[in-house]
Amino acid sequence: MKQYVSVTAKFDSDGNILPLKIHWDDGRSFEIDRITDIRYAASLKAGGAGIRYTCRIKQVEKHLFLEDNRWFVNNEKEH
Amino acid sequence: MRTILHSDCNGFFASVECLYNPQIRNKPVAVCGDKDKRHGIILAKNEIAKKYNVKTGEPIWQAVQKCPELVTAQAHYDRYIRFSKLCREIYSDYTDNIEPFGLDEAWLDVTGSVMLYKSGRNIAEEIRHRIKNELGITVSIGVSYNKIFAKLGSDYKKPDAVTEITKDNYKDIVWKLKASDLLYVGKATEKKLSKLGIYTIGDLANFPLPQLRNNFGKWADILHNFSNGLDFSPVMKSNEVSAVKSIGNSTTAIRDLENLEDAKIIFMVLCDSVCRRMREQGFRAKTVCISVRDTDLQSFTRQKKLDVSTNITKDVLSVCMELFKENYTFSKNIRSLGVSVTDFEADTLSHQTSIFQSEEEIIKSEKLDSTLDTIKNRFGNFAVKPAKLMFDKNLSGFNPKEEHTVHPVGYF
Repeated sequence: MKQYVSVTAKFDSDGNILPLKIHWDDGRSFEIDRITDIRYAASLKAGGAGIRYTCRIKQVEKHLFLEDNRWFVNNEKEH
Repeated sequence: MRTILHSDCNGFFASVECLYNPQIRNKPVAVCGDKDKRHGIILAKNEIAKKYNVKTGEPIWQAVQKCPELVTAQAHYDRYIRFSKLCREIYSDYTDNIEPFGLDEAWLDVTGSVMLYKSGRNIAEEIRHRIKNELGITVSIGVSYNKIFAKLGSDYKKPDAVTEITKDNYKDIVWKLKASDLLYVGKATEKKLSKLGIYTIGDLANFPLPQLRNNFGKWADILHNFSNGLDFSPVMKSNEVSAVKSIGNSTTAIRDLENLEDAKIIFMVLCDSVCRRMREQGFRAKTVCISVRDTDLQSFTRQKKLDVSTNITKDVLSVCMELFKENYTFSKNIRSLGVSVTDFEADTLSHQTSIFQSEEEIIKSEKLDSTLDTIKNRFGNFAVKPAKLMFDKNLSGFNPKEEHTVHPVGYF
């Protein structure tokens, strides 16, 4: 399911945007340890398309999407 | 020899809606206009709905009869415009010769990049992959040495496919297609062709040209060239804005129009939009054209050439009403009306003054129009309007200027 999230991000001097921290609406927030890949991609599961950041968060790989100016993740049921 | 691609997004509107709603993706889906506003026709359908023979342009009730479990989705034009732009950004990685044909189709002249990618097919395959992965929709692409065959190629195999039409294989692929698949062969031409015993594009290509000319006049040469792949028209550069040849708006009214007053309300709104767009572009027009469609879906158009070109809303409206009164008697109620203007000249040109018309009057009207334009640009389309439009707010409550969408323009 598509879930919009709030994100703390950094704009570098070249204008690139790098997400640093994801904040869930239940109050929890997760530091992004590493970004391993950045590319344009569609998310068929969540339903949307934008810039896809492949993030490592505590050994777990997670896709974070920037669509226009909103961030979203695919929220699987077990989470 | 040129290498030209024609890329066509499969069921564009429906694909975008399916991307955004994963739960309807495996069902027959059709994108429809607003039923309550009587725009309830099928605008696009996905592959599953296609199997049920759901057709673009048919009313929703008819489609539901063919396919009872059809999911109808509302159209989101902002999304389609965004995806269309994203597609063009991908195309622009391969060439700057991109000529859009509507929102979902485009020609690309990739002659200059072929050396880099070894062949046109490789470029087409890469574009197909990228659009699928990056945008989540599918395209079919035709690769050929002219625009006409490239377009036939993109129609040949759908969805998510690449078809290459070369000088060696076009007789096997193109010539076996129905004549009506060719650009500019519509219903009327198809009928005329079949009377001559021409059913396929191959028949057309091999038909003696003089005899074709007897039947089709100057179009004969075009049809002959198209069917033989002798089309040399260039793919426009993406920064070349094609010259605007006409500006028009039309609408299906929210209810049937029963009298002259109703028609005038619709014409007022349409003329306001058309003239505002004309003034934004800096044009004056010399020809005004109206189109009328009655409740039996019979339609006609009438046009009038003016003595002096104009972009004044009031003047265009009066021409429309004149044309309408001369040509329609309300034998039937009216379903939709349209206004368009053509024969442009720049509004900076000086014009011949007339002894029959007061120049002061014209200047006054121009000032009034430009003041109204400023107000509408600042405070919105409905900020100021003629009192007449207040009589029936439902009827006049549409905004053709912002709601209008871009349709493919003619090939020439």
